[in-house]
Amino acid sequence: MANQVNYIKLALPKGRLLPATANLLADVDLGFKGYTERTRQYRLKSTNLPYLSAKIFREKDIPVQVAIGNYDLGICGLDWIEELLLRYKASAVVKISALNYGDGYVYAAVSYKSGISNLDEFLARQRNWRIVSEYPNLAEAFALSVRLRRFRIFPVWGDAEVYPPEDAEIAILEAKNRKELEREGLLPLMKLLPTKAMIIASQKSLNSKDLASVLNCFTSNLDNKEFSLSFEELGRKKGSIESPPRAELKKVRLALPDGHQLPPTAQLLKRVGLNLSHYSVEALDYHPSVDLDWLDIKVIRPQDMPIQVANGNFDLAITGKDWLLDHVYRFPSSPVVELLDLGFGKVKVVVATTQEMPVSTIEEVKQLLQKGKLSTLRVASEYINISDKYLCDHHISPYKLIPTWGTSEAFLPEDADLLIDNTQTGRTMAEHNLKIIDTLCESTACLIGNKESIVSPDRKEEIDFLIQMLRGGLL
Amino acid sequence: MESRRCKGMRDLLPDDMRRFRYIEDTFRNCCVKWGYREVRTPNLEYLHLFTATGTLTPSKLGKAYSFLDWNGWSGERVVLRPDGTIPIARLYIENLSQQENARLFYVTDIFAFEQTGKENRERWQCGVEFLGGASPMADVELILLARELLHNLGIGEVELRLSHAGLAKALVKELGLNPRDEAEMLGRILDGDWQTWRKAKSNNLELDRFLASVVNFKGKLTDFLKKVELPSQASAELKSNLSDFTGIVRLLDDLKCDYWIDIAAIHGFEYYTGVCPQFFSRGEKIGGGGRYDELLSLMGSRSMPACGFAIYVDPVIKMLSLKEDACRESGVLVKASERTPEVMEVCFSLAQSLRNAGHIVELDLAGGRVSDYRWVVSVLVEGSFAIIDRKSGKKRKVSSLTQVVGMLGGVD
Repeated sequence: MANQVNYIKLALPKGRLLPATANLLADVDLGFKGYTERTRQYRLKSTNLPYLSAKIFREKDIPVQVAIGNYDLGICGLDWIEELLLRYKASAVVKISALNYGDGYVYAAVSYKSGISNLDEFLARQRNWRIVSEYPNLAEAFALSVRLRRFRIFPVWGDAEVYPPEDAEIAILEAKNRKELEREGLLPLMKLLPTKAMIIASQKSLNSKDLASVLNCFTSNLDNKEFSLSFEELGRKKGSIESPPRAELKKVRLALPDGHQLPPTAQLLKRVGLNLSHYSVEALDYHPSVDLDWLDIKVIRPQDMPIQVANGNFDLAITGKDWLLDHVYRFPSSPVVELLDLGFGKVKVVVATTQEMPVSTIEEVKQLLQKGKLSTLRVASEYINISDKYLCDHHISPYKLIPTWGTSEAFLPEDADLLIDNTQTGRTMAEHNLKIIDTLCESTACLIGNKESIVSPDRKEEIDFLIQMLRGGLL
Repeated sequence: MESRRCKGMRDLLPDDMRRFRYIEDTFRNCCVKWGYREVRTPNLEYLHLFTATGTLTPSKLGKAYSFLDWNGWSGERVVLRPDGTIPIARLYIENLSQQENARLFYVTDIFAFEQTGKENRERWQCGVEFLGGASPMADVELILLARELLHNLGIGEVELRLSHAGLAKALVKELGLNPRDEAEMLGRILDGDWQTWRKAKSNNLELDRFLASVVNFKGKLTDFLKKVELPSQASAELKSNLSDFTGIVRLLDDLKCDYWIDIAAIHGFEYYTGVCPQFFSRGEKIGGGGRYDELLSLMGSRSMPACGFAIYVDPVIKMLSLKEDACRESGVLVKASERTPEVMEVCFSLAQSLRNAGHIVELDLAGGRVSDYRWVVSVLVEGSFAIIDRKSGKKRKVSSLTQVVGMLGGVD
């Protein structure tokens, strides 16, 4: 019983901070077996402390999970803590201390090609600014603090550095240092905050539990400096950037996917004889060149494509039908249409729950709620709008949607009751002790386009040519 | 039971609404007599309407409820109205700009993202805007109108505090800061952080003395003129704003309107350029406003003077003591002695005749409290009526419907 009272749950990061966090935990004798970059498990037990357990999350999920009180302690970058606190200042999360790793900053950066060399020059260009970022709240705080007169924020799943200058005037993004940005062709105008790793605690747990046995382990690894949001302007002499000749935007702009969909897309392009330099998993250029002089190609996340086609940044894109559907549910008047089913990358979007949950249909889930055996249904999903529509259509009430950024299956059963996710074979689901109770749709890769731009006289011919070319390569 | 109401939102119950309507009606009557006309703007506006002018501080804009509309793929955000004046200025530019000036008033709610969820996030206000109204006449008109309204509402111990945004801005400008620091300092001052003034220092002793004398002053015009001495190298902007301010206050003195000068206590919007009156009652702020001569040109219209104020409904509601509910004065409860079709039919007919005579009439369905009504009329089985006048305590029995109506009389 005593153990139960003091049971402590820790949320640990994947990705950028994982190696250093794993080293730190090993150093302080809080080692967790299997906390490695290649792990396929999400739940970890401490090798030393029987009452300590951990779960692995994407960094951006950690402050939310700790604030809700699902986890007592968490380790993540200051950037994601501030991203939460900027919008929800009263979140019940407490910054305990910075750790001595995770160096880097969130920068506001423009492309070298824009010819802008400092913030004043940036502000002097009167226009409707497009801001691209994985941190929409930080992006808004930046826009308001420098008083942009009119701006639009495009939240993205990743690859923010690829967007400027053609598809955004400025990106708000994380980088180790200036040099790393420069390698991407970006010039930082402002440092918004350091991305230091931090230990955070749930306010509720601090009040009700004794966390000292765990927190004391870290005392020799703390960085006692204060780290906070700073909005520090990075100076540079006026006109110190030689403005390169403004590259004309090419006639037709195509977005290609990274990640899982990259290899089959590359194969398709090869079959139809479209030669791209460096579009492969081994050697990926996010702006690959192509032997058609009117075609410009960028590599971005499939999740971000529908919006980028809708807003006219791209004429065409190769993405999944699932992401198109999620977009259309949110924005019914969107000008994005499916032009071609490419057939590959087949997945099913399914509803799943743990084997232990005594239900086999969504109707039975609804009954659990009606009988009061479940007070609120917590649903984890990457597909916010598909999920919202599905739950409303089935009159599920009340429910809470937990947006995730991949690895949604890790949320069950502790942090969610239901999962709406894609699966190829159902094997990963079975491995995680999940059962499928409904199938929403099948999804394959498809070519999408902006219905206004595909009929525009100045590029209709080229777009038709591309569509025919891709059609010729279908198996 | 756990509340299902959204955090920071509030229900207005019948007693609240009675007070609310009383404020609205009093406000409307007042404004109409001064020649103002009522307008209403939508709850949703584009975010860029508020960012484009650069006239709301980042901290105010950070509290706006903004979100993507159904066509939000363009990235354009909409907001729940975070401010009353800017939408009115937009309404004027879009619909009424052929008029040289417009005296407009509105009753509206303002939404602010409030952190704790404990405070109210939807705030009602009764606002007045005089577009085209130049200083000092229009400023004084609005101050007198606001005082009349508060008087008619029966709010006691009203205190008028006067500040001047143009003067405050000119003072900050004298400090010679770089543009971004200057904007930041002004932002803090306008957000109500009066401590900011204390830290303000220039390299010029005479100026610092002037600054201290202005921001520390609290009192009447005669003392203000004695204590505040304009520095020899004062800018033209400082001089003209000071003279604008003293001009308005002098007029208020002539009109025997009581006030209190307190330049440092400014709390308002960045678009304010002139005098800023604030109204308090028993220490609580119940209204405020200011002159905003540059707002319309910043929004793309021709340049024109303008000023406005708003009375905050939420604190005023709490201060109102209303007389008895009209129902207790002349309300009627009609009771059926038995629920037979014949008796019920008579009940409905009687109720209708009494309503036609101007009474508030309720049929007794589920044990209405008789103390809530002036009259209680029971319809008896044999077709006669028993009447109780709760005011006099008299009881009577009559035999026809016409007699009942005659006995209760008409209500105006």
